Parts: sequence; structure tokens; C-alpha cells
Amino acid sequence: MTKLHNKAGALVGVAALCTALLAPVAVAQDDDDVFAEYREMMGDENPAIFTIEEGQELWETPMGPNNVSLEQCDLGLGAGVVDGALAQLPRYFEDAKAVQDVEARLLYCMETLQGRDVIDLLVKPYSSAGDQGTELEALVAFIADRSMDAVVNVPQGHPEEQKMYKKGEEIFFYRAGPHDFSCATCHSQTDKRIRLQALPNLTTNEGAGFAFTSWPGYRISEGFLRTMGWRMQSCGRQQRLPQFQTGSEAVIALETYMGVNAKGAVMAAPGLKR
Amino acid sequence: MKTLVKVFLLPVIAVGVLAGCETKQVAAPAAEATAKDMLVSSMKAKNQATMDRLNQDELQVACSNAANSGGDAAAVEALRKAAEASVVYPADGNFLGDWKNGNAIAANGKGLQWNDNPSEPNGGNCYACHQLDPNEVAYGTLGPSLTNYGMRGQSEMMLKYTWAKIYNPHVYNVCSHMPRFGAQKILTEQQMKDIMALLLDPNSPVNQ
Repeated sequence: MTKLHNKAGALVGVAALCTALLAPVAVAQDDDDVFAEYREMMGDENPAIFTIEEGQELWETPMGPNNVSLEQCDLGLGAGVVDGALAQLPRYFEDAKAVQDVEARLLYCMETLQGRDVIDLLVKPYSSAGDQGTELEALVAFIADRSMDAVVNVPQGHPEEQKMYKKGEEIFFYRAGPHDFSCATCHSQTDKRIRLQALPNLTTNEGAGFAFTSWPGYRISEGFLRTMGWRMQSCGRQQRLPQFQTGSEAVIALETYMGVNAKGAVMAAPGLKR
Repeated sequence: MKTLVKVFLLPVIAVGVLAGCETKQVAAPAAEATAKDMLVSSMKAKNQATMDRLNQDELQVACSNAANSGGDAAAVEALRKAAEASVVYPADGNFLGDWKNGNAIAANGKGLQWNDNPSEPNGGNCYACHQLDPNEVAYGTLGPSLTNYGMRGQSEMMLKYTWAKIYNPHVYNVCSHMPRFGAQKILTEQQMKDIMALLLDPNSPVNQ
């Protein structure tokens, strides 16, 4: 049973109403007000509930040549332990001999436990507007829901974890491309915004905490759930850089940098995003 | 574990194996990937966003640090001089285009991303970071407000200062966050003239 499930109530009706309400004001002059209104109307409800439930089903369904479910996948807190796992990822996994984030870990479990070839999944890890959601998105939503209210504690005990933090910090400040942008261009100052969108300062505990705990998020403007990996890919696109690959080291390094900076924040994903 | 190991995790696994069992030994420094190595192994070229975009020029190297400093005084001066030398002023001596076109360019955030059409002109995306026309409320705050910029007048000094600031802002602020719209050929000369008019024309909404 999902944590959001028992609150679902009249959600379908509300979601439809919101879609109708939001459509004409997509380019309204003050987005923040509109989205604040939407959040208020939704209260504890969140359209991500459907994605979470789909994720739970995918987690529990036997698949692949080995015909097993992902239920024995070790997300870092022991095989089969889902609760709170997202608050402690990325982390070093002895079996993979690598630091992995939730997306890389899921792909690893699909390959090792289920015996699946994830190459098809990597062709389109994130959905486009108007698509059905992807398997990866649903699974991340399910795991995030089970980490709701957990305290962020991305580990730094293993040398590989420390190395990932250091690399993440370097990449965060790495300026490149025709526009000379780095992550720091937008995310190293406090109380700034791009157009009307507030920009978290990811070098601070408060800013990193806000960002880390709110992904995956349900993007109201897109009508779909988006993962941290998707967010990184979009940031890279806006930096005019090539495309970040899902579960890749640089993405994991950046998530480690953000997650360690976010220590002590409380998970609130899947949250509602603009 | 097939694709993922091959594509992304092989270096990490290699390091892990080298480090050996039960030892605290860390891999030799020579084996350690740089931030760029990690980006190269983690990204793929897509459409116009090719892998060579990860290569840094001198300025990008100097400004890729938390202090955003550019280095010691001599290094900063060298970068500033190089930036100054990069600026090409309009051949016809005319700095001011059409503010209406300028406002459209300032509002356009497209260009050079892998999902942009390369046959369409790039935008300047000025509103992402600056306030300009006071009637446009969706402006960002990473850069200073430029509303009423035209009060500074149109002296040759102002024209050249503003042009250089758009062309290569590192002339004045060595690790400025702002793109080098001229030096990196993000905008054309005519587009920069139109942005100049948006800032300096007394009839531009910026100056109303």
C-alpha cells in the first residue's frame, strides 16, 4: 500500500479539474501563484499516486529470463528493504563495485536479478510529453514514496563515495559549451531566480536539501512524474552540453555532491513541481 | 550486468579490483579520472550538442572553481586582455538596430540546445537573468536589472562599453556568469545591434 494511497479520494476528478484550470494560464504572468494555488487545492493529494502504484506493481511482478521480481533488489539497506532507501542514495555497492544512484541500481538489479538486457530501456529512460510513463519512472516514484519523511543521509564512509563527492563538486563548477555555463552558473547563489522560477543554491545545506528531497517530482506543467536523472539531463541540455546518460558516473557524482550537502533534510518526494 | 558495466562502470570496477580485497589501498593518482573524463564517459553527443563542447578554453578552465576568481592578479589581467582583444565592433560604426527585434531576441531562450532547430536563429534569453521592459514580470535575477539602462545616454563610450559587455562580458568581470554572445557567435552582429537598441533607444520599453 502506498503512503499516498489512502489519501487518493476524489483525486481523478480533481486532477481533471486542474488540467482544465491550468491549461489557459500556462503562460500567465505569475506562475508561482498559479502553482501555489494548485498545491493548495491538492492538499496532501498528488497525482503521482498513479505512478507510485504502477511502480509498486512493477517492483512486485516477476520479469525477465529469470522470472523474478525486483523485491530482492538491495537498494542499500539490505535485500528487499525499500523504506527510506532513497534518502541514502547514491552509495557504494560492494556487489557492483561502484557508487550507484537509484536509477543505476534499478538497472543493475534488472540485469543481475532478472537477467534482463536493459539496453532497450536505456533508449528511452524518461517519457516524452504525451507518452505513457516509463518503467524506470514508475519504479523511482514507488521507491521515493516509501522514503517519504526519511532523513537524508547520503553516506561518505567508503573511499569511492568520497571520491564521487569530490568529482561531483568539480563537475558542478565545470564551465563548458558555447554559453560557458556550469551547474554553478544557476545554482551557487541564494535567493535568485531564472525568469520566475526560484533557483536553489546547491552549495548550501538549505538549497541542496530543498532540491534533493523534492525529486522525483510531479511536474504540473508537463502532467507527468520526472526523476532526478531527468532533471540532470534537462540541466545539461540547458547548459548546451551533450546528453547525460541515465545512471552514468557524472550524474551519480552530482547527486552525491547534492545529497551530501543536503544532509539532515527530510524527504518529501514525489513532490509537486511547477 | 552487461550494458551498464560496459558503458559506465568499467573504470570504477577496475579501480575497485586494483584496490584489492580487505585493503585500504587507494588507486594510483595516475588512474584517477578527471572531471572532464567523467563527463566524457557519461555523456553522448546529441544533434548539434557535440562532444567537443566539453573541451574547455583558457577562460573556462580559469573560471571553473568555487571562488569563481580567475586566478592571481596576473592571470586575471591576461584573461581580461584576451577578452578585450576578442571584441569586434560593428564595421559600419552603427551600434543601434531595432529595439522591437531586440525585445523578441531578449525573450527567446532557444538556440544551441540539442532539442533546438539549428536552422532557426538563436535567442539571447536576456529575460532569464535580467529585468528589462518593466511590463514583463517574468524576469530572472541572476544579473542586475537593466530597466532604464538608456538613462546612461548614447555617448561613444557608452555604446562601446555596452557592445563589449554583450560581445564578451569578461572584459569587465573576468569570471562573469554571462555568455560571450559575440565572441562565441551565439548572436549575430545584427542581433546584438537590436539588443543594443532595446537597451539604449529612448523609445524602447526598457526606457519608458
